[in-house]
Amino acid sequence: MSQDNGLLVDVRGVDKVFKRGAEKIHVLGGLDLEIPEGEFLALMGPSGSGKSTLLNLIGGLDKPTQGEVHVAGKRIDKLSDRKLASWRARHVGLVFQFYNLLPVLSAARNVELPLLLTRLNSKQRKQQVDTAMTIVGLSHRMKHYPRTLSGGEQQRVGIARAIVTDPTLLLCDEPTGDLDRKAGDEVLELLQTLNESQGKTIVMVTHDPHAAARASRTLYLDKGQLGEEPIE
Amino acid sequence: MINWLTQIVSVTKFSLQSLPERKGAALSAIFGIAGVVAVLVGVLSIAQGIRLMVQNSGEPENAIVLRSGSDSEMMSGFSGQQAEIVSEAPGIARWEQGAMASPELFVIINLPKRSTGTDANVPLRGVSLAAFEVRSNLEITQGRMFQWGLAELVVGAGASREFTGLELGSSIEVGGEQWPVVGIFEAGGGIAEGEIWADAAVVQPAYRRGNSYQSVYTKLTSTDAYSEFKDALTTDPRLNVKVAQATEFYSEQSTLLRSIIIGLGSIIAGLMGLGAIFGALNTMYTAVSARTREIATLRALGFKSGPVVISVLFESLLLALVGGLIGGGLAYVAFDGFRAATINFQSFSQIAFAFDVNATLLKNGILYAALIGLVGGLFPALRAARMPVAAALREG
Repeated sequence: MSQDNGLLVDVRGVDKVFKRGAEKIHVLGGLDLEIPEGEFLALMGPSGSGKSTLLNLIGGLDKPTQGEVHVAGKRIDKLSDRKLASWRARHVGLVFQFYNLLPVLSAARNVELPLLLTRLNSKQRKQQVDTAMTIVGLSHRMKHYPRTLSGGEQQRVGIARAIVTDPTLLLCDEPTGDLDRKAGDEVLELLQTLNESQGKTIVMVTHDPHAAARASRTLYLDKGQLGEEPIE
Repeated sequence: MINWLTQIVSVTKFSLQSLPERKGAALSAIFGIAGVVAVLVGVLSIAQGIRLMVQNSGEPENAIVLRSGSDSEMMSGFSGQQAEIVSEAPGIARWEQGAMASPELFVIINLPKRSTGTDANVPLRGVSLAAFEVRSNLEITQGRMFQWGLAELVVGAGASREFTGLELGSSIEVGGEQWPVVGIFEAGGGIAEGEIWADAAVVQPAYRRGNSYQSVYTKLTSTDAYSEFKDALTTDPRLNVKVAQATEFYSEQSTLLRSIIIGLGSIIAGLMGLGAIFGALNTMYTAVSARTREIATLRALGFKSGPVVISVLFESLLLALVGGLIGGGLAYVAFDGFRAATINFQSFSQIAFAFDVNATLLKNGILYAALIGLVGGLFPALRAARMPVAAALREG
C-alpha cells in the first residue's frame, strides 16, 4: 500500500486557511508530514492548533488551500468530492471523540454501515462484522443499541466500525476525550494492539500525554507548524 | 448503480427510523399539508358538484329556445303566439297530447334560506303540459302533481331542503296569494331540483304576464334533428329566437359560477399551499439540523451526497403524502354529498347542489401535497448534501 519509500502518508507544503466573514484564519502554514506505513502517530497541541484540521486533510474530509496530500501513493487533494467519498470508504477508518454512532441502529448494524458501500453480500458482511466485534471484545453486545452501552463500549463499537473494512489508515480524533481513565485505557490498549499485531497505521489526535505515550511517535502542532517537542 | 441504490435505501431507512425522535415537527407538517389538501379538495368539490348537477340537467336530445340576444331565461321573453310557432317546428318529438314542447315562465320569488335565515332568490317555473315529458328524469317522490289550472306548487327536493316554507303541505305567497306545496320531485340531481314548479297558465296572471313566456323547452326526435330544428326557427321571419341544446345551455349557465369557485379555490389553496411549503421547509430544515452529525458521519464513512438528498426528499414526500391522504380523507368525509345552495350569477337565482369529492379531485389533492413536499424538502436536502463534512462533524 505504501509508496516505494515506505511512506503511507506524505503531506507536502500544506496551507489551510479558513474564512470567517472577511477575516482569514491561517490554521496550517507550509506544513510537511511523512508517516511511514505501520506507524502509530500521536498528534498533540493546544486547542485550535489545527490537529483535527490536519487529520481531516489526511482523511480526505477536507481539502488544503495549498499543497499536496498523498496517501498510499495517491494524491487525494485534487479528487472530486464524489471520488473522495469512494476513496474514504475504501481506505480510511474514522474514530470520533463522541463515537458518532447512529442511535437507531444496533451495535452490529452500526459496524456494518461501511460495508454497505462495498459489494459484499449480507452473509459476508455479517462475517466481517462478527470479526470486528470480536476484535474489540464486544461480540456479546451485537444487538445492543448505543444508548444501552457505556461510553467505552460505544467507542469500541466505533473502532469496530472503523476497522471492519480493513482500511489502509485509521484516523482517531480524540478517541479517549469523552471517556474516563479506565475506559480510555481499554480503548488505547485496543488501538495499540491493532497497530502492533495487525500492523494498522494509526494517526491519533489527542490532548492527553498519557494517551500519546501509547503511540510510537508523537508530533506537536502549534501555530500551523509541526515539531518533535512541545513549543513553550 | 447497485451500490448507489443500496446507499439510498440505507440512508432513507435511517432517516425514517429516526422520525419518532422528530415526531412533533413531522406531525405539524403532516397536518399543515392535510389542512391545505382538505380545503383545496373541499372548494373544488363545490365546482365539481355544480358541474355534475349541470351534467345531470340537460338531456342531449332536448333543446331550449330563448329570445335572440338573451343570455338567460330571466332576460328572455316572447308571446304565446310565438311559443306556438316554436312548438310546431320540425324535429320535435310527439306524444299523445301533441308536440313535446313546453312554453315556460321563469320568475324569482324571495324565500329565507334554512342555513342563514336570509332571503334568497328562488326560481319559480311556470310549465306547460309537456314539461314532464320533455324532462324524462323528473319524478314526484312525495305528495302529488299539481292540478293543471289550480294555484298549486310542486317543489324540487333541493329547493325543499334549502329554503324555508317549501315542505310538503306548507304554503308560500306567490303573486299576493298563498299557494300550497302539494308535491316534492326529484330530477336526478339536476338543476330543476332547485326550482319550484307550477302551471304556467296560473303563473301568468299571478305575475301579470298576459299570454307571454320566456322559454320553450322541447324534446327532439333525436340529437340529429337539432340542426333542422334550429335552422327552421332561426330562419323563420316571424321569430327572433336563439336555440341551444340543453346540455350546452346548462353548461353555459354555470360557467361563470364554476370559474369563480375554481378561481377562488385555487387562490385560497395556492396561498395555503405556500404556507404549507414553509411548514415543510421548516420541518425538513429541523430534521436536517437535528441529524447534522449523523448525516456528516455517513458522508465521512463514504456515503455520497446524492443518497442524502434523496433520503431527505423522500422523507418530505412521505410526510406530504400522509398529509395529503389525511386531507383527502377529511374532505371526503366532511364534504362529499354535502348539500348546499348558492346564487348563480347568470340566472340571478339560487341553485341547489351537492358537493362532489371524486377520485380525480382526491388524486389532484394528493399530487398537490406531493408537490408541497418536494418543494419543501428540496432546499433542506441540498443543504444536507452541501454541508462541509469536516465542519458538520463538529456540530450537533
